[in-house]
Amino acid sequence: MTADVIDTLARVRPGSRLDLLRDRRPDAREHAQRAYDALFAPDSEEEVTSVERAAVAAFVAGLHQDPAVARHYADRLAEHAPGLVATIEREIEEARTVGPYGVYDEPALAQESLIGPAYRAARRDALGERLAAALDHAHLLVFRPRESSRDALKTLIDAGWTTAGVVTISQLVAFLTFQVRVVAGLRLLGADR
Amino acid sequence: MKFTQDKLGWEPWLEPPAEDELTEAHRHALVDKARAASPYFRLLALDPRVLHARTTTDNDIFYNADGGLPRAERELAATATSRHNGCVFCASVHARFAAHYSKRPGDVQRLLDDGVDAPQNERWRAIIDAAVALAATPGALGADHLAALRAAGLDDLEISDVIHAAAFFNWANRLMLSLGEPA
Repeated sequence: MTADVIDTLARVRPGSRLDLLRDRRPDAREHAQRAYDALFAPDSEEEVTSVERAAVAAFVAGLHQDPAVARHYADRLAEHAPGLVATIEREIEEARTVGPYGVYDEPALAQESLIGPAYRAARRDALGERLAAALDHAHLLVFRPRESSRDALKTLIDAGWTTAGVVTISQLVAFLTFQVRVVAGLRLLGADR
Repeated sequence: MKFTQDKLGWEPWLEPPAEDELTEAHRHALVDKARAASPYFRLLALDPRVLHARTTTDNDIFYNADGGLPRAERELAATATSRHNGCVFCASVHARFAAHYSKRPGDVQRLLDDGVDAPQNERWRAIIDAAVALAATPGALGADHLAALRAAGLDDLEISDVIHAAAFFNWANRLMLSLGEPA
C-alpha cells in the first residue's frame, strides 16, 4: 500500500480540515488511490508496460502545468526510464497549450467550434512509434476530447496497441485529468481562510 | 445532434467483449451487474481493476448522502463540465438527473441550449463557473471562484463536492468521448 498520492500532492495533513473533508467521502478517497495503484502498479504489463505508463503520465501531468503533480510524474519516469526524461520534457514544452477546444462534427454546434492545434510528437525515433502514437492520443484527450474519432483509435491500433491497451491508456490519461483537478481544488480549499 | 435531455444511445468504436464472454473479474469490475448490458462498461471491463476503482469513486462522489451538496447540484456540476468539454452523451444523462432532482428542467435546458455562460441564479452561476474553470487545462480555478461559492452559501463540504463532481467528469467525459459516439 503506497502513500495516498492526492494527500501528498495536495498537502493534506492528518487531522487537518482537508483530511476530515476527504473522510466524508471515504470510498472516493480510497478508490481514487486504487485507480492510481491499478494504473501504476498493474497486475500485468502485457498490454501497457511500466515505461509506457510512466511516459504518458509524465507527458499528461506536464501539460497541466501543476508543478507538484508534474514533478511527481517526472520523478516516476526518471525511475522507470531515465533515458526518456529529457525527450518527454521537450515534448511537453512543445505540446503545451490551453484547452479544452475542438471542432464539433454536429452541424447544430458548428458555431461553437474552437479550432486549435493537433499535436504530433516530434521525437518519434527516440520514443518509438507505439509510444509516440500514445502521446499524440493523450494530447487529443487532454485538450480536444470533442474531436475524438474512430480514426484516432485506428491510428493507435495501427501503431501496435490492442483494444485492451487502448482502454488502459485512455483510462490512464482520463484518470490523470481527474487527479490533477482534485489536487488543485483541494489545495485551493485548504489555503482558503 | 445537439445537447439534449433526451435519452441517447452510445456505440463503441472498438469491439467490447460480448456479455457471455465476461469473466468473473469483468463482472466484479462492473459493480452494478446490470451494466453487463452496456457496451461502454463491457469495453472498460477490459481493465477491470481500473473500472472498479472508477465506478466506486463515481458512486461515492454522486450518491453519498452524508451531508454536503444536494444531488441536484452534483449533477449540475457534471452537466456543466460535460457541456464545456463537449460530451453530448454525458451531458444528456446528467442534465436529466439535474433537472429531475432540482425540478428546474428549464434552467438545465438553458445550460444545454445556450451554454455555460447562459444566465442562472447566483448559486448555480457559482457552481457552473467553478466547474468550467476546473475543466480548463492548465487549471483556472482560483480564489475568486471559491469566494463566489461561499457567497452563494456553500460550506467546505459542499465546495469539496463541487470540486469532486466536476473533476470526476473530466475523467468520465474523456472516456465516453474517445471510445465511441452517441447513436
